[in-house]
Amino acid sequence: MLRVDYLSVPGLPTLSFEVPSGECLAVEGPTGSGKTRVLRAIADLDPADGYVLLDGVERREVSGPEWRRRIRFASAEPAWWAPTMREHLPHGVKVDRLLAALGLDKAVLDWPLAELSTGERQRLAFLRAIADEPRVLLLDEPTSALDATSVAVVEELIKFQLLADRTVLLVSHDPGQIARLAHARLLLAGSGRLHRAESAAA
Amino acid sequence: MNGAAVSYADLALAGALLLVNGIISVAFGLRLERSLAIAAVRMVVQLAAVGFALKFVFAQASPVWTALLAVAMVVFAGLELARHDGNRLRGWLVHGLGSGTLLLVGGAATLYALFVVVGPEPWHSPRYALPILGMVLGNVLTSVSLALQTLGDGVARERAAIDARLALGASRFAAFRGVLRRSLRTAATPLLNTMAVAGVVTLPDMMAGQLLAGADPAEAAKSQIMILFVVSAASALGALVAALGSVLLLTDRRHRLRLERLRALAREGA
Repeated sequence: MLRVDYLSVPGLPTLSFEVPSGECLAVEGPTGSGKTRVLRAIADLDPADGYVLLDGVERREVSGPEWRRRIRFASAEPAWWAPTMREHLPHGVKVDRLLAALGLDKAVLDWPLAELSTGERQRLAFLRAIADEPRVLLLDEPTSALDATSVAVVEELIKFQLLADRTVLLVSHDPGQIARLAHARLLLAGSGRLHRAESAAA
Repeated sequence: MNGAAVSYADLALAGALLLVNGIISVAFGLRLERSLAIAAVRMVVQLAAVGFALKFVFAQASPVWTALLAVAMVVFAGLELARHDGNRLRGWLVHGLGSGTLLLVGGAATLYALFVVVGPEPWHSPRYALPILGMVLGNVLTSVSLALQTLGDGVARERAAIDARLALGASRFAAFRGVLRRSLRTAATPLLNTMAVAGVVTLPDMMAGQLLAGADPAEAAKSQIMILFVVSAASALGALVAALGSVLLLTDRRHRLRLERLRALAREGA
């Protein structure tokens, strides 16, 4: 169970919600409403006041790196720091089955990332995010650069994560995808800037 | 020492050579006359002032005066570091880090040279302490400046990759590994070049000065070798301290990127 209590992301109203294990929460809202910022705050990648608890453990009770090994944020624009995928994987992690599930050949691990297609890189970024089996996945537009077939493949894997009792928070611009995956929805209204402008005018 | 003494008339004749620079500047419209005049006057005034200050401190033979001059040298080196263009890491925290590194590493290297290598009597004799400190500071300044600049550029260019590593559970030093390594390598380059060509292509300034002042060439070579070893260790250590310190400044205890602490970087990322 992931519990967010009075999470105060700068520029956004305070947030409180719970997501049970094995469920997917869709985080929705217009552009600039802070969807990515909320996910980053939950992963403790940006400072935010309030509490985030995973199975009763608050994020400050463990180190930042340990928290992010349990709660994994996967950016909409995956970044790479080495020439091939293999160098991005933790040592000793087996990914053969995941590669097969994503419709990728084992050879792509040693292929120069720059020579892969955008869609292949996005599938590899998804694989990288789930390879060490984090408890919670914070997925920011995980299928934005994929064709219909690959979207179905990634959605299958997300369902698999849910069956394995993992928790998923999903940001997506595809209403169909949200309908297929999400058990609940969180709507972020307008940007923090707009919010402040309204209260100033009142 | 019985080198050929340089008279003031000799200096004036050498100074006349400035006309060469001036004529080139005027002939080709380089508009460097003003900068040239300022730089030349600065150089003369600074060196003359240092000469008189050293003469005074040598005559006092008091550790207090030596220490005062040493501190002044570190302060000037710190100001020079802060003035360097092209460094994205700005703010008083970075200046403090740079000056602190200069003081710590410059001081330690100089003390090592004095106590372990040279062993003058007394150990704080200004004739040994101040020139060694000066050479150490000059080189540490270069390597610290290069380390900070390379690290700043690397972070600005690779912040997404660093952030991705943090998101995957890496510690801040693991996330910065690539940038750190590049920064330390770059900082080591000038000294590696200096050591490789020392005596073959160039005669190091200190050795040249000693020879002009009438020292025995073998002795001059020995002290130059000693200085290069001390300076190379100090440069590497200085770059390491400055680079690791920058990583600590750019992250927090939760191992998060905090580029907003350095406005120049944050603006770039926005």
